[in-house]
Amino acid sequence: MMPRMLEVRRVIRESHDTVSIVIADPQARPFAPGQFNMLYVFGAGEAAISISGDAGEGGLLTHTVRAVGSVTRPLAAMKRGAVVGVRGPFGQGWPVEAARGGTTILLAGGIGLAPLRPVIYRFLRERRAEERLVLLYGARSSSEMIYRRELERWALEGAIEVHVIVDRAAGEWRGRVGVLTDLLDTCAFEPARTIAMVCGPEVMMRAAARALAERGVAAEDIYLSMERNMKCAVGMCGHCQFGPSFICKDGPVLALPRIEPILGKREI
Amino acid sequence: METLERLLREHPFLQGMEHRHLEFMTGCAANVRFAAGQFLFREGEEANAAYMLREGRVAIEVHVPGRGSTQIATVEAGQVFGWTWLFPPYRWRFDARAVEPVRAITFQGDCLRAKCEADHDLGYELLKRFLREIDRNLERVHLQLLDVYRAES
Repeated sequence: MMPRMLEVRRVIRESHDTVSIVIADPQARPFAPGQFNMLYVFGAGEAAISISGDAGEGGLLTHTVRAVGSVTRPLAAMKRGAVVGVRGPFGQGWPVEAARGGTTILLAGGIGLAPLRPVIYRFLRERRAEERLVLLYGARSSSEMIYRRELERWALEGAIEVHVIVDRAAGEWRGRVGVLTDLLDTCAFEPARTIAMVCGPEVMMRAAARALAERGVAAEDIYLSMERNMKCAVGMCGHCQFGPSFICKDGPVLALPRIEPILGKREI
Repeated sequence: METLERLLREHPFLQGMEHRHLEFMTGCAANVRFAAGQFLFREGEEANAAYMLREGRVAIEVHVPGRGSTQIATVEAGQVFGWTWLFPPYRWRFDARAVEPVRAITFQGDCLRAKCEADHDLGYELLKRFLREIDRNLERVHLQLLDVYRAES
């Protein structure tokens, strides 16, 4: 439960308010795609941040942070050499093993791409011939997209299918404009052999889950990464309780049937 | 005409449509092409067409004084757009610009309205299909209005 004091090795600017922080961790514990760490900023507090780097890059831990809160603002302002407290990894990640052999569709909205990026790294490293990975990514505008260079590279290399859409755009944008679920119309897939991993704002995830179900993807093959205010990260304090689940311990990735009855309930 | 009817039959928007209805509608249809950058229509012009895209991408835009053109949606092959021809005063409320070379089937609005009046079964069938598109668009606009990716602290 005590944080390890680690040094920031590199800071990568992803957009005007989002950075990726690469932390040196000589004794890095293995993590599963979708898991998170608690990052502690001295004088500010602690926040749960998904691990967005490659599980295969030894000794380094990457987190992508959007500067929106009292902890994430100073976190995103950290420079190389700064010290950050790290606890983790915590939680249940994406069902990458269950996804083997078929089509995996990643539906990511905004910074929701961060917890899904390790799935992409893993796929690129371990893919088999019969496997297919489709990334559907929605952002507010082209300037707010994260990992732009990687998205371009992945699309060019063709190992994964990349489709991007933005909510609004200026006249010179040549890509798609609309909402994330529009992208489901751009790719053909066999629902019975498809697993969907969804991460983004909760309203977007609800719309995505509905759209996937309309296209025949079974509820048990749809996984969402939930976000709640996490404190202890080990299911003790109850801050992140979501119905019968603790997001920090049972999640953040949960299969749709487990949360569907309470998803969108105002009281929860 | 037979080729045009086949194109109509194969387009997702008209999938499953009865042969007699397709035959009837074919009289209002034409194949059209637009170069990248070309406007299909502009706000305020007479709205007398529906478009079923076969290839390319069209941006639906609003011109905002001082900000230039803002794209609010794009339409792609397999999709349909343009239902303003259904309702008076038949004036486009947006611009539509080809982002890349576009091939489409266009229906002349007044011709289609006349056919729908003459055959209410066709009218009802078409209205259901257009309403589904309008419903999808409304959901899209609701999500865009929510601005779900906006930073919140």
